[in-house]
Amino acid sequence: MDITLLLTSTVTLASGIPLTLLLTFASLLAGFVLAVPLSFMRASSRKWLSLPVLAYTYVFRGTPLLVQLFIIYYGLGQVGAIRSSVLWVLLRDPFWCCLLAFSLNGAAYTTEIFRGGIQAVATGMIEAAQAVGMSPLQIKRRIIFPIAFRSVLPSYANEVISLVKATSLASTVTLLEITGLSRKLVSETFAPYEIFLAAGVLYLGLTFLLTGFFNALEARLNGAPRAKAHTRRVALQQVTHEL
Amino acid sequence: MKRHLTCALAASLLVAGLAHAEERTAITIASEGASPPWDYIDENGALVGFDIDVGNELCARMKLQCTFVAQDWDGIIPGLLVKKYDAIMAGMSITEKRKKSITFSMPYAVAPNQIVMRKGLGLPPSDITAKLSLTDIDAAKKETIEKLRESLKGRTLGVLRSSNSEAVVQELFGDVAEVRSYDSQENLKLDLTSERIDGGLGDRLVWKQFLDTPDGKAVEFFGPELSGGTWGPGVGVGLRKEDTDLTEAFDMAIEASVRDGALGKISQKWFGVDISPQLAK
Repeated sequence: MDITLLLTSTVTLASGIPLTLLLTFASLLAGFVLAVPLSFMRASSRKWLSLPVLAYTYVFRGTPLLVQLFIIYYGLGQVGAIRSSVLWVLLRDPFWCCLLAFSLNGAAYTTEIFRGGIQAVATGMIEAAQAVGMSPLQIKRRIIFPIAFRSVLPSYANEVISLVKATSLASTVTLLEITGLSRKLVSETFAPYEIFLAAGVLYLGLTFLLTGFFNALEARLNGAPRAKAHTRRVALQQVTHEL
Repeated sequence: MKRHLTCALAASLLVAGLAHAEERTAITIASEGASPPWDYIDENGALVGFDIDVGNELCARMKLQCTFVAQDWDGIIPGLLVKKYDAIMAGMSITEKRKKSITFSMPYAVAPNQIVMRKGLGLPPSDITAKLSLTDIDAAKKETIEKLRESLKGRTLGVLRSSNSEAVVQELFGDVAEVRSYDSQENLKLDLTSERIDGGLGDRLVWKQFLDTPDGKAVEFFGPELSGGTWGPGVGVGLRKEDTDLTEAFDMAIEASVRDGALGKISQKWFGVDISPQLAK
C-alpha cells in the first residue's frame, strides 16, 4: 500500500466534503419538512388521510434509491413534455435531481419513523392536554410531536447517517462529491485501494461527527431538566429527609 | 552466496514462469460492453461486437480458449492488475499513461475520434472531413484548435470517465467549456438526447452508429477528426506487464490476421470500413 498516495488523496477528496454535506443537509431539511405533516396523516385513523401516505412510503421504501435517482435523472429527461416545461430548469441539473431523489426517499423513511413515535405517545398525555383546553394543533405542536421526536431520535439519527452515505450515489449522475472525486482519481492513478480507503476514512469522519451530535442531542432532550443551580439544594433536601 | 541464492531464485522463477506459459490453455478477456459497435451486450445478454470477434479470431490462432467478461470502464485496468482476467479488449487506446501500469499488444485497430454537438446551437460551420493529429502541434494546428475553443466556449461537453477523450477535452477545452464525465457511453448519449449537455468527444465510429439512430438525428459531427497525441498509436490488447508470453502470442496473432485480411473483414462487418492497422511489407 502506498501511504503517500493515501494521504494526498485524502486531501484531494476533502474538497468533495462541501458538496456531500450540502446534499445531505438540504435533503435532510426538505425530508424533515415533508415528513412531519405526512407522519401525522399516516398516523391518522381516517383512511383517506393515511392511505395515500402509505402508498407513497410503500413505493419509496420498496424500491432502491439508485433506481429512483435514475428514473428522475435519466427517465424524466426522456419525456419531451417535461423537457419543454418549466420543471426542466431544475431537472436538467444533476444537483437538483439528486436533491429531489434523496429528499423524497429520506422523507418516506422519516415519515414511518415519526409515525411510530406519534402512535406511541400515551393517550393520558393527550387527554390531559385536552383537559386544559388546548386546540388539536396545539396538542400536536406542544405535546405529541416533542414527545414523539424524543422517543424516535435514535432511529432518526440512523436515518441521517444512512443519508450521508446515500449521497455517494450522486457520483453516478456526474456530480463530483467525495465518491465522484474518488472515481475520477482512480481513473487517473489506477489505484482503487488507497483512494477508496481514503474516501471511506472521510465518510467515517463525517459519521463520527454526526453520531456525536445526535448523542449530545439525545442526552439533552432525554435527560432531566438542566438545573445546575439547584442540584445542591435538591441533594441537601434529600439528605435532610433521610435524617 | 547471496548472489548464488539470487540466481537460484531467478532461475526457479523463470522455470515457474515458463511452466506457467506452457500450461496456459485458457484465458479470460474483459470488455466493457457499453460502446457499440466495439463491444456491447445484445438483447440476449451476450457480449458481442468488434472486440469480441477479434478476440475470438486471435484466440483461435493462439490455440487458447477464451472467455469474455463484461467490466465497467473505470475499473477495467485495476481489475486486470488484480488478475480478475488476463487481457482487456475494449477499444482501449495504447497510451503512455496506461503503459505505466500495464502493457499492450501491437495495435489491432486505428480509430479516429471526433466531437459531436447538438444541432441548432448556432455553431459556425466546420469541416468535418478534415483530420487533425494532436502529435507535434504547429502554428496551423494551433489556429484550428483556437477556432474550436472559440466555438465551444461556455458549452457543456460530455466524455467517458477515464477515457483519453476526457484527458483531451480537459487539456484543450477545460478552461472554456464545462466538462462532465460519464461512467458509460450509453448514459452520455442519454444526456445528449435530453439536452443536458451540448456535445461530447469520443470514438468517431461509436458516434457514427449513434447518429444513425432516431435519437442521434438531433446530433451532428463538429470539427475535424482527431487522433494522435494522448490517443497514441491505436487500439491494443491490454495485458499485465509480467505476462510477456501472452503479449508475444497476441502480437504474432494480430500481425498474422492483419496480413491475411481476417481483421479487415471483421472491421468491415462492424464498422463498414477497414480500421485494421497498416503494416510495413
